[in-house]
Amino acid sequence: MRNRGVELGVGIFMLVGALALAMLAINVSGLSLSNQQGTYKIYARFENVGGLTARSKVTMSGVTIGNVSSITIDRKKLMALVEMEINADVNYLTSDSSASILTAGLLGEKYIGVTSGAADDEILKEGDFIEDTQSSLVLEELIGKFLFNQASE
Amino acid sequence: MQAVADNLILLGRFVLERIAAIGRSGMILMHAVIARPDPATSFPLLVRQLYSVGVLSMIIIVVSGLFIGMVLALQGYTILVDYGTEQAVGQMVALSLVRELAPVVTALLFAGRAGSALTAEIGLMKTTEQLSSMEMIGVDPLRRIIAPRFWAGLISLPILTMIFSAVGIWGGLLVGVEWLGIYEGSFWSNMQNSVDFFDDIGNGLIKSLVFGLVVTWVAVFQGYDSVPTSEGISQATTKTVVYSSLAILGLDFILTALMFGDL
Repeated sequence: MRNRGVELGVGIFMLVGALALAMLAINVSGLSLSNQQGTYKIYARFENVGGLTARSKVTMSGVTIGNVSSITIDRKKLMALVEMEINADVNYLTSDSSASILTAGLLGEKYIGVTSGAADDEILKEGDFIEDTQSSLVLEELIGKFLFNQASE
Repeated sequence: MQAVADNLILLGRFVLERIAAIGRSGMILMHAVIARPDPATSFPLLVRQLYSVGVLSMIIIVVSGLFIGMVLALQGYTILVDYGTEQAVGQMVALSLVRELAPVVTALLFAGRAGSALTAEIGLMKTTEQLSSMEMIGVDPLRRIIAPRFWAGLISLPILTMIFSAVGIWGGLLVGVEWLGIYEGSFWSNMQNSVDFFDDIGNGLIKSLVFGLVVTWVAVFQGYDSVPTSEGISQATTKTVVYSSLAILGLDFILTALMFGDL
């Protein structure tokens, strides 16, 4: 009978361990299996991505609709080429959408904000480009402009 | 001249003895890992050891996890509230627990709670000549005694680490949300944004596996290799706790540098 207690104890121990792992996975790291819905890729060129990194968020009206998958240099235009993975259910971004690099809070992380346009008939598909982009705000450039204006007055 | 020569001889003997001990511990590890398990007898033995090594360590793990989580939340809050970013408490508690504190503290407690018990048990078996009697009746003590204890330690420590993290985060929630009044939604969402399952929780698991291997290896070896006297057992038990604690802290630095060094 004592052996039975031991087996029960070990069983409970392992179950509690598995539960703890599940809790860590779902509650703490936000791992969700339903996120495998598929994505499509769109691109945008920016003058300056200053601080944007891969895995940064892509949002529309503050709601996350995807993430940045890679940032490279476009050799022909010499601009930063940002590849974004957008969730497949967001299938209503128009071709005249605009993308801008924004900052969460004063010192927060960079993310991309997408604003959809008015051209209802042309929807962005896999591999399309967002032409209308606005670069990251670089503090040093702003200060430089300000000083230049002060000096010229 | 004679004194110098004597000291040199002593030094040489000491070094050779250490190298031989490393060799013996390696042989024990190989035996324990390679020993072909016989399902009919090894499985009940393993369950028995999982109980004494894992289940009986649970109380100390749960209690210390709870308090460490609570202290982390309290300390983090007092600093972060000055900058108006007290929502980041959840992120701070979760990251420091999952990446660092849970594997290390669990392994240290495990070395003190289970490792020392393993050494003392095996050492006493050796002293009372139970191990030699087993050999006499044709039972391999490495297979019957060492292997199940080794595997039990290796399996238990990651489970205990997961329990430690989960309870610690719950303790942080208790202090941060229930007591200090952080908004619960931002507590969780900050945490989920910053913790990655494979990078953070996965690496914590790998750490605890390595620590489990080291702690049980040291414990089992020190017991098996102890001088068969009561003094020898006490020395072996002390060595287990000291060596495995040092190994845990040293390995933790190396593993952290390998896993998170490039971030």
